Amino acid sequence: MFVELNNLLNTNPDRAEQGKLTLLCDAKTDGSFLVHHFLSFYLKANCKVCFVALFQSFSHYNIVGQKLGVNLTVARERGQLVFLEGLKSAVDVFFQTQEEPHPLQFLREANAGNLKPLFEFVREALKPVDGGEARWTYPVLLVDDLSVLLSLGVGAVAVLDFIHYCRATVCWELKGNMVILVHDSGDVEDEENDILLNGVSHQSHLILRAEGLATGFCRDVHGQLRILWRRPSQPTAQRDQSLTYQYKIQDKSVSFFAKGMSPAVL
Amino acid sequence: MAAVASCGSGAGSTGSAVATASKSNVTSFQKRGPRASGTNDSGPRLVSIAGTRPSVRNGQLLVSTGLPALDQLLGGGLAIGTVLLIEEDKYNIYSPLLFKCFLAEGIVNGHTLLVASAKEDPANILQELPAPLLDDNSKKEFDEDVYNHKTPESNIKMKIAWRYQLLPKMEIGPVSSRFGHYYDASKRIPQELIEASNWHGFFLPEKISSTLKVEPCSLTPGYIKLLQFIQNIISEEGFDGSNPQKKQRNVLRIGIQNLGSPLWGDDICCAENVSNSHSLTKFLYVLRGLLRTSLSACIITMPTHLIQNKAIIARVTNLSDIVIGLESFIGSERETNPLYKDYHGLIHIRQIPRLNNLICDESDVKDLAFKLKRKLFTIEAEVQKGVSRATFLLDGPRKKLFPCLFQLLEVACIPWLMASSSIFKASNIGLSPSYVTNSEFFSASLFHF
Repeated sequence: MFVELNNLLNTNPDRAEQGKLTLLCDAKTDGSFLVHHFLSFYLKANCKVCFVALFQSFSHYNIVGQKLGVNLTVARERGQLVFLEGLKSAVDVFFQTQEEPHPLQFLREANAGNLKPLFEFVREALKPVDGGEARWTYPVLLVDDLSVLLSLGVGAVAVLDFIHYCRATVCWELKGNMVILVHDSGDVEDEENDILLNGVSHQSHLILRAEGLATGFCRDVHGQLRILWRRPSQPTAQRDQSLTYQYKIQDKSVSFFAKGMSPAVL
Repeated sequence: MAAVASCGSGAGSTGSAVATASKSNVTSFQKRGPRASGTNDSGPRLVSIAGTRPSVRNGQLLVSTGLPALDQLLGGGLAIGTVLLIEEDKYNIYSPLLFKCFLAEGIVNGHTLLVASAKEDPANILQELPAPLLDDNSKKEFDEDVYNHKTPESNIKMKIAWRYQLLPKMEIGPVSSRFGHYYDASKRIPQELIEASNWHGFFLPEKISSTLKVEPCSLTPGYIKLLQFIQNIISEEGFDGSNPQKKQRNVLRIGIQNLGSPLWGDDICCAENVSNSHSLTKFLYVLRGLLRTSLSACIITMPTHLIQNKAIIARVTNLSDIVIGLESFIGSERETNPLYKDYHGLIHIRQIPRLNNLICDESDVKDLAFKLKRKLFTIEAEVQKGVSRATFLLDGPRKKLFPCLFQLLEVACIPWLMASSSIFKASNIGLSPSYVTNSEFFSASLFHF
C-alpha cells in the first residue's frame, strides 16, 4: 500500500471504516496502481479478501504485491485470500464443459446471461466460517475490473444487479468493504459503460478517479487523482468533500503532490 | 499449492498441468533469476530458448517483433504471453509488412508458427516472408544506408548495437541466435528455411466447411474454430508445459491477419449497429487467457479504421496488451505536406502494458513516422531539415515497392523548419498512384510484397 495515499485518505489498516463501497475509476490512463494499493492495504489489515481478478493473471498481482509488501501466495494458502483468476478460468470454462456452475458460466451462454453464479462464488468465499475463531477482521470484495464484464457480453443492468447483491451481502450484512474498478471511456460513446459507471458512483462512499493530464503525456507527472467522499444513503445539503492531487508512479510507491507542485517543476 | 478458490476445482487436466507448469516456471509472468521464490532450477533453462531474452525491467521473457526499432520502442521486445495488436493502415499496405517480419523472425529463431488468415492461404503467406540479412555483405550495405542519411548526432542517439553472428544459412534449427534481425523484403525468404520450420496454418474457408459440433455461444463460428485450433496446438505440442517429455522448450508465435474483417464472419466492420458486438472482445479475452498460460506470443492485425462503433475499438484496445496504430499518408492531405515528404506514414504506440510492475517503459518520443527505403524501414520522429538524404531514397516508381527494415531515429517536430526545404519530393509518395484509386478494403490484397 502507498503510505502517502493512506495519508490523503486519512486511513490506515488498523482503523479503516467498514461497510463502504469504494469506486476506482480511470480515464485516459491506467488506474491499476489503485487496485494494488487496496489489495495490499486490506491484506495488511488482516481482512478476508475475495479478489475477482478479471484483467491480469495471478502472478502479475503477486509480483507487484511483493513490491508492496504482501505475499499473495502465502495469503491464498492461509485462506485469507480467495482469488478468482479470470483469464485462466475463462479458458477452462470455454473449452471444457463444467459439471457444477462455474462463476464465469456466462461465457458459454449465447445471450447475455446474469451473474448469479459469480455472486454465489463471492458469497461462498466471504461467508463467515462457523465454529472457528474469528481470524479475519472483516470481509472485503475487490473487483478488477468491471468493464471487462461488459466486453464479455454481460449487460450493464446485469452487472449493476450483481453489484447490488454483493453490496447487500458484503457491505450491509457482513459489514465488509467493496472496492471496484471501472474504466471511464471518456469521450468515446460507450453507453453501457456510462450506465455502469453512473450507477456504481451513485452507490459509492468514496470515489478515486485517476485521470491522465489534459495536456498529454508528461514524464514527471503521470496523472491526476481526484478523491471524492460521498454519503449515498443520507441526502445531505452539504457538499461532498473533494480533493485533487497529481501523482507520479515509481517502482514501489506512488508520490502525490498538489497540482503544479511536482518536484520536477519546483 | 492449495487451491482455495472454487474455480480451481473445476479445472480439468489442463489446469493441473498448468499448475505444475507454473511450478516449473513455464508461465511467462514469473521472475527469472536466482531470487525467484519457490521455483526449481528450470529458471536458467528458460532463458536458453533461442530468440528470447529476459527484460531488464521485470525479468519478463521477451521475443523480438522482427523489427529491432519497434523492439526498442516497446521496451525490449514483445513479452511472451501477450498480444500485440496492430491497427491497420487504410489500404493495408504496411501492416502486412510488420506481420510478415514477425513470422520471419520466428522462422529465423526456430520458433513454431501458427498463421491464421481468412483471406490468404497461410502457405502463401509464408512463401512471401522477407529474407533475413545475415551475412557480412548485407551488413556492409546496411551500414552504408545508415551512414548516408543520418547526421552524426542522430547516429549517436540511434545506436542499435546488435552483434551480427555469422551462421550458415543452411543450418537446421535456429538460424541465428541473435535477438532481432533485419529483413530485406525485396527478396523472399529461402525455401529451405521454411521447410525446416515447424508451422501450422489456419485458413478459415477450409476449416469452416468441416462440420464440427460447436456449442452455441455468442462468438462467430470462425472465432470458435480458431480458438479451438490454437488450444489444440498449444496442448498437443506442449507449449503450456503439459508435455513433460519435451526437453527443448520452444516458443509459439501466433499471427492472425485481418481479425474482425467481414471475411471472419464478423460484421463489426460493416455496420454501425452490430448484431453481435461481443464476439470479437470475447475472442480476445479467451485468447489472452490461452496466451498467459503458455509460452506463446501473438500478433493480430485488425482493420480498426473500418469499425464505426468507437466503443468497440476502445474495448478492444483495453483487452489487448500492446496496441500500435499505423497511419499511412497515401491519399491524405499529409502526402503533400512538406514536413512529411520523406515519410510514408505515422506510427502510433497507443498502449504499452504494465506487466509485473506499476510502471511501464514508455518512450518519451510520441511523434513517430516511418518510411521505406531500399533496405531500411525506418521509424523516426519528424526529421530535421539538413539531414542529407540518400540518393536512393525511393526515387521513381518501382515494381517491387517495399524493401524494408525498420530503424528508429529521434527527431522533434518543428514546424518552422519547413521553410528551409526547397525540394518537393511529392513523387516518392506517388510511388503508388494506383493505390490511391483502390480504396476498397479487399483490393488491398493485390499488393503483396
